[in-house]
Amino acid sequence: MKKFIILLIFKVLFVKNAFALIEVDITRGNLDPLPIAVSPLHVDVKSENFEGIKVKELGENISLIVEKNFRATGLFNPLKKEAFVQKPDIAHLKPRFEDWRLIKAQALVTGKLLVKDGKLKVEFRLWDLAAAKEMTALAFTTTPSNWRRVAHIISDKIYERLTGEEGYFDTRIIYVAESGAKNQRVKKLAIMDQDGANTKYLTLGNELVLTPRFNPTSQMVTYMSYFRNMPRVYLLDIETGTQEVVGNFPGMTFAPRFSPDGKKIVMSFAKDGNSDIYTMDLDTRVVERITDHSSIDTSPSFSPDGKFIAFNSDRSGLQQIYVMRSDGSGVKRITFGNGIYGTPVWSPRGDLIAFTKMRKGRFYIGVMRTDGTGERLLTENYYQEAPSWSPNGRVLVFYRETKAGSKGEGFSAKLWSIDITGYNERKLNTETDASDPSWSSLLSK
Amino acid sequence: MMFNKNLKNILLVVFTTLILSACSTAKKSGNIDGDVYTGKETVKFLASGVPDRIFFATNKSSLTTAARETLRKQATYLRKNKSLNVTIEGHADERGTREYNLALGERRANAAKDYLMTYGISGKRISTISYGKEKPVNPASTPLAWSQNRRSVTVKVN
Repeated sequence: MKKFIILLIFKVLFVKNAFALIEVDITRGNLDPLPIAVSPLHVDVKSENFEGIKVKELGENISLIVEKNFRATGLFNPLKKEAFVQKPDIAHLKPRFEDWRLIKAQALVTGKLLVKDGKLKVEFRLWDLAAAKEMTALAFTTTPSNWRRVAHIISDKIYERLTGEEGYFDTRIIYVAESGAKNQRVKKLAIMDQDGANTKYLTLGNELVLTPRFNPTSQMVTYMSYFRNMPRVYLLDIETGTQEVVGNFPGMTFAPRFSPDGKKIVMSFAKDGNSDIYTMDLDTRVVERITDHSSIDTSPSFSPDGKFIAFNSDRSGLQQIYVMRSDGSGVKRITFGNGIYGTPVWSPRGDLIAFTKMRKGRFYIGVMRTDGTGERLLTENYYQEAPSWSPNGRVLVFYRETKAGSKGEGFSAKLWSIDITGYNERKLNTETDASDPSWSSLLSK
Repeated sequence: MMFNKNLKNILLVVFTTLILSACSTAKKSGNIDGDVYTGKETVKFLASGVPDRIFFATNKSSLTTAARETLRKQATYLRKNKSLNVTIEGHADERGTREYNLALGERRANAAKDYLMTYGISGKRISTISYGKEKPVNPASTPLAWSQNRRSVTVKVN
């Protein structure tokens, strides 16, 4: 009888555990990050050397990038490796679940890699420690020099499995790198991985460059340059380095952004002092005027279905946010709160518009529904603006400037990110001062 | 009672002094009327007696009386020097979004250009460019610096 009861309890526990698949809820502020153990990937002894890469340390280094990505989300708490209870190769085959649970881990990442014939073969597994089950597994092959991207792709897969949302780690950020005194700033286009690695400078700093934005469907970028002292919107292919001016406008063009299908650029064109919104089709080169108003109309941003454009205008007196159909009809003001509103940017999920708000000498980054209701201010500071969405619509990156002293000393510009929950505000590491960030789509999509 | 009255008087005196000193410091350090800069600190000259720049109120591109006076001097100077062409650079302070400031600088430069044209200067002689908030003349983060940076500057190109 006693035996039977014990068996029964075991059975019940087992069943319960089997359904206890871990899940991370990213819709609430994260006060309880998920403890996760990221085991170093086991490096196969048959691995060969590869130029410029420390193959023996590769498994450890990949796991460190995965950990760093997870920590930066604020949703996960990667545990210290000193406490790990199993060798990487053995854990990857079959973790001793109860031992990992002892160190309070709820999820475990294991993996192994092989560098051979100039190729990097990687496989990894994600384990639910409470349920004692494998949750996901993946193997892939790439060139060894891509090893950082391997770490980001692993991070994306695990994030997706645990949160139910697409990841955003295998992405890049393009921005304006700034240096020099505040009244003699030198600005260059720069690009880096989302975690701050692999910074590359795309212009030399000979002319002022502003507001680079990614094409959501390719590695093209649109930006504004004062090349030959003619402020115009440009198109840049970051793979080939080729650049061209967008359209043949007799005056300043600025504030460019791609349409969601990547085929059009929407921007402002200033004629006789008045700025209106135009689009240009990149294939046909057909230019269309979208707004025709004596006020300043600028900072346009398409909705992800391409049907609407949000923009800011001072037609009511001060800068406010408006939404119209993408042919310019049906213009509707959506901000009526106290303060001035600018830089609307439509979420890639379509549900929210991020914006900059100015009120009583303070600057806010916020989000609202696309009809202007449900305004939530996420962060307040002396000066910050220009939010850009992570491709999954969960995180915003923006830039923040500090107050300068009487000679401009103490001035800095840095990139920051914040979750749309309002939690997890953090500074991004950039080699130089930085502004005008734009987040790419997932590279591996 | 007596004491109270005295105290009141003393307080009144202290108060008045405070108000007076507040006024005089604002005037001295400010050179700002409303929030338009009225000083000479950053001003250069196209020729003797012809200031090169005008100043604007926050978010505005309307011309003040002082701005019109400066522009009339510039128009007279340009009429006398018929071969001279100019560029008008429009600027904004740092307390706005970058893109809006580009548009605002453009509007300010064109407000100056339009006024010069009403005094008979051909539009062909005047080009405009906006730098938005990108080229502050005073890098400080103070209301005075911002008022000096909200400007349009007429620059000779030949």
